[in-house]
Amino acid sequence: METVIGLEVHAQLLTRSKMFCGCPTTFGAPPNSQTCPVCQGMPGVLPVVNRRAVELGIRAALAFDCRVNAACRFARKHYYYPDMPKNYQITQYEEPLAEDGHLEIEVDGASRTIGIQRLHLEEDVGKLLHEGTLETAQASLVDYNRSGVPLMETVSRPDLRSAEEAAAYLKAFRAVLVFLGVSNGNMEEGSLRCDANVSLRPRGSRELGTKVEIKNMNSFRSVKQALEFEVRRQAEALAAGERIVQETRLWDADRGYTRAMRSKEYAHDYRYFPEPDLVPLTIDRAWIEEIRAGLPELPRQRRARFVTQYGLPPYDAEILTQSRALAEYFEAAVREFPQPKVVSNWVMSELLRELGADDEQAIRSSPVTPARLAGLLVLIEDGTISGKIAKEVFEKMRRGGEDARAIVGREGLTQVADEAALGRVIDQVLARSPRAIEDYKRGKTAAAKALVGQVMKATGGKANPGIVNRLLEEKLSKI
Amino acid sequence: MTGTPIHELTEAYRRSESTPTAATEAFLARIARLDGELGAYLTVTREQALRAAADADARYRAGKPLGPLDGAPLVYKDVLCTRGVTTTCGSRMLEGFVPPYDATVIARLTAAGAVMLGKGNMDEFAMGSSTEHSAFKPTRNPWDLTRVPGGSSGGPAAAVAAGLAAGGLGTDTGGSIRQPAAFCGVVGLKPTYGRVSRYGLVAFGSSLDHIGPFARDVTDAALLLRAIAGADPRDATCLTAPVPDYAAALAPGVQGLRLGLPDEYFIEGMDAEVERTVRTAVDVLRGLGATVERISLPATPHALATYYVIAPAEASSNLARYDGVKYGLRVAGAKDLVEMSSRTRAVGFGAEVKRRIMLGTYVLSSGYYEAYYGRAQKVRTLVRRDFDAAFGRVDLIVAPMTPNVAFKHGEKEDPLSMYLNDVFAVPADMTGLPAISVPCGFSAEGLPIGLQFIGKALDEASVLRAAYAYEQATPWRARRPSPA
Repeated sequence: METVIGLEVHAQLLTRSKMFCGCPTTFGAPPNSQTCPVCQGMPGVLPVVNRRAVELGIRAALAFDCRVNAACRFARKHYYYPDMPKNYQITQYEEPLAEDGHLEIEVDGASRTIGIQRLHLEEDVGKLLHEGTLETAQASLVDYNRSGVPLMETVSRPDLRSAEEAAAYLKAFRAVLVFLGVSNGNMEEGSLRCDANVSLRPRGSRELGTKVEIKNMNSFRSVKQALEFEVRRQAEALAAGERIVQETRLWDADRGYTRAMRSKEYAHDYRYFPEPDLVPLTIDRAWIEEIRAGLPELPRQRRARFVTQYGLPPYDAEILTQSRALAEYFEAAVREFPQPKVVSNWVMSELLRELGADDEQAIRSSPVTPARLAGLLVLIEDGTISGKIAKEVFEKMRRGGEDARAIVGREGLTQVADEAALGRVIDQVLARSPRAIEDYKRGKTAAAKALVGQVMKATGGKANPGIVNRLLEEKLSKI
Repeated sequence: MTGTPIHELTEAYRRSESTPTAATEAFLARIARLDGELGAYLTVTREQALRAAADADARYRAGKPLGPLDGAPLVYKDVLCTRGVTTTCGSRMLEGFVPPYDATVIARLTAAGAVMLGKGNMDEFAMGSSTEHSAFKPTRNPWDLTRVPGGSSGGPAAAVAAGLAAGGLGTDTGGSIRQPAAFCGVVGLKPTYGRVSRYGLVAFGSSLDHIGPFARDVTDAALLLRAIAGADPRDATCLTAPVPDYAAALAPGVQGLRLGLPDEYFIEGMDAEVERTVRTAVDVLRGLGATVERISLPATPHALATYYVIAPAEASSNLARYDGVKYGLRVAGAKDLVEMSSRTRAVGFGAEVKRRIMLGTYVLSSGYYEAYYGRAQKVRTLVRRDFDAAFGRVDLIVAPMTPNVAFKHGEKEDPLSMYLNDVFAVPADMTGLPAISVPCGFSAEGLPIGLQFIGKALDEASVLRAAYAYEQATPWRARRPSPA
């Protein structure tokens, strides 16, 4: 059997204010502190479209090669639930913001193109807080802070063929949004949510099997596990001669299975109709072009360029393009110190030691700026300090925010390159190491390394290792 | 003092012949004396009114009034949100609901110095043509207490007619300003859709809801419209076109104006007295130099039926928020959420509101949407095209406001015969075109009759100008009811 999966992804847009009112979108504020009559659905209020949300939607649409419609329209979707103050959600239905795009994904080194059917804007709902569990609660409270937060819903075509591909799609999707600054993509905070439609069909068949909608997958792991479970469940049911029931199932991450929602929970007639409080949104061509011109290079394009332009291994390119901030950091450092692989090593091993590759904020505000990293690498290059000392200097830069040169100068970390001084140290080391000298004479080259180590130790690591090696060899050959 | 129009009242303030406080006290006294019988007010904001009047007094004393509405005692239909003052929409559902914000129109009138006397009675959620559907009490027609004042803005219309307010605001979704204006013998203006912000108007049919003034005369209507009109960043459907000084442009008269008289507005079953009175009024206009020609608006017969698809559809959506969760009524003792909301809605809404919610829910249901809502929108386009075509030939349309005069309480129990009362009013709501009702005479029984002018979009100026010319040429505005 062939697996057929389509994903519906909701992403919270990175706007300062909500979709239809001026309230802030900050996460984690005290309940109902970020609300106004509009997002509380008071009698008499009216929505006003957040232009920035539309702009971010268009940004994403262009990144996915969607056709941005010249005019789109909001609609009301009705169902009763107390987290939704108006008992309808303002969303888009027949006339979405954008349609017909695609996203490239990579699984096991092979790349595939996944169709994106539509992309539209809508408002989020609030959150219910139950006293105890949902079943036993004597009362429930509503927090409308999230009510009206702008969301972008993207519906993929049923092009995904495995749980792994679905997870890859979600990851690639998220990377694009984060890279474009459209969403922070945080699944724990609910900034990125995903539902899936799953069906099976005989291999080679063009018709789709009965689909099951899976909800409540709150992490990449959940998406993969839930879909693997569901594919297995359907395959076993079909093998046993059962029919698949079209339904909505919830993923239970703790128990590791999907369970059917009660039909009451989803049997809605949403009674969509065009939102009369908003005029149709006309999207000016010039505006689209302006947004297109402001689009940064996408992660995929940038990854390829890093390999060709800088000669980096694909592994390095992959990591360095995890976020826009990191990629920009790398390129800025390379401009000042044009040895890409050296810069890449330092970025990957030192810069990312304490911060995440997609932590845009931390990367941008790191005291070790690209210029400072380049300055450090110059000191290694010209022999002022050793690689080992450089790592210490990097740490000091991370904590203190000074130039490498200033730190090296103040703390006397310069490599000892004075041959006379080094010669005296070597003489002292040789004088107390007759055994090592004997070993060396008998052909044990490892003995020489131990001697170098002792010299380095005696100089506090500041000796220039190249000079030490040469002088030691000269002296040993004379003994 | 309670019988004069606003522009004369504020003129008297300026000449120190009266003060806002004196006028406000006079209105409050009259309300106290007469409203028990009339039922025009749901809330009287006595203390607030006196404070606002005292502030206005000070401005006049300082020689710095805010403008022609400073110190004008007004009544606002209880569907307009007033910060800190109960706004019920005539419904048990919102009994005791105190909005935390002012509707844009209220904020604008307050900024212009207007004094709010209180909130006017109305059919529940503005659904009705008689103000008999108020959950709290009916309003009586000041010309004949056994009759209805029209609706849904019956409270403000009756208050202005009876001298219980100098002017006021109503809302018009399917005639709810103009029909009660006609029944009560006052001026009622429904502006172009989008001319006045709807922010803070508790929605009934969002694409049809309009806010407009009730006034003693056309000059006051012009002054009130100017104060409330204009762009509002809180209403995306509000137009940004500049607001002219309507009152300054009233004078030129109707000389040379081309008026269209639509055949479809003289229908079978119409009150002969009303028809005769309206035709006489048209002759007056002809006498004033207007040219009058017969026109046809063929889609008119379908407008009312279409209205009763679109308005309930939007209402079913707009009224979904009243579920007992957030504000207003919550019936106690429910076992769960569904029961809480169902019982709250069962108790909180009256029969007419429920009827329209069911109607609206049905026409939006999957499988029926195209047949009803989709089709109704197409008819709405046809109605608009009729008017577009007519306005290629004429400047204004003149027509009767209602097919009959005010009817008796309880006379129209059948919803359909009630709905038919708005047959001439609904097309202007469906098209969003500006329309006014101005008194044009009385029936043999002494009941007022209204003349309607419908203008081109955003051409309130011509509508007001024609109404003003007619008003100035006729004696009707001098006649006032004597409810007690």
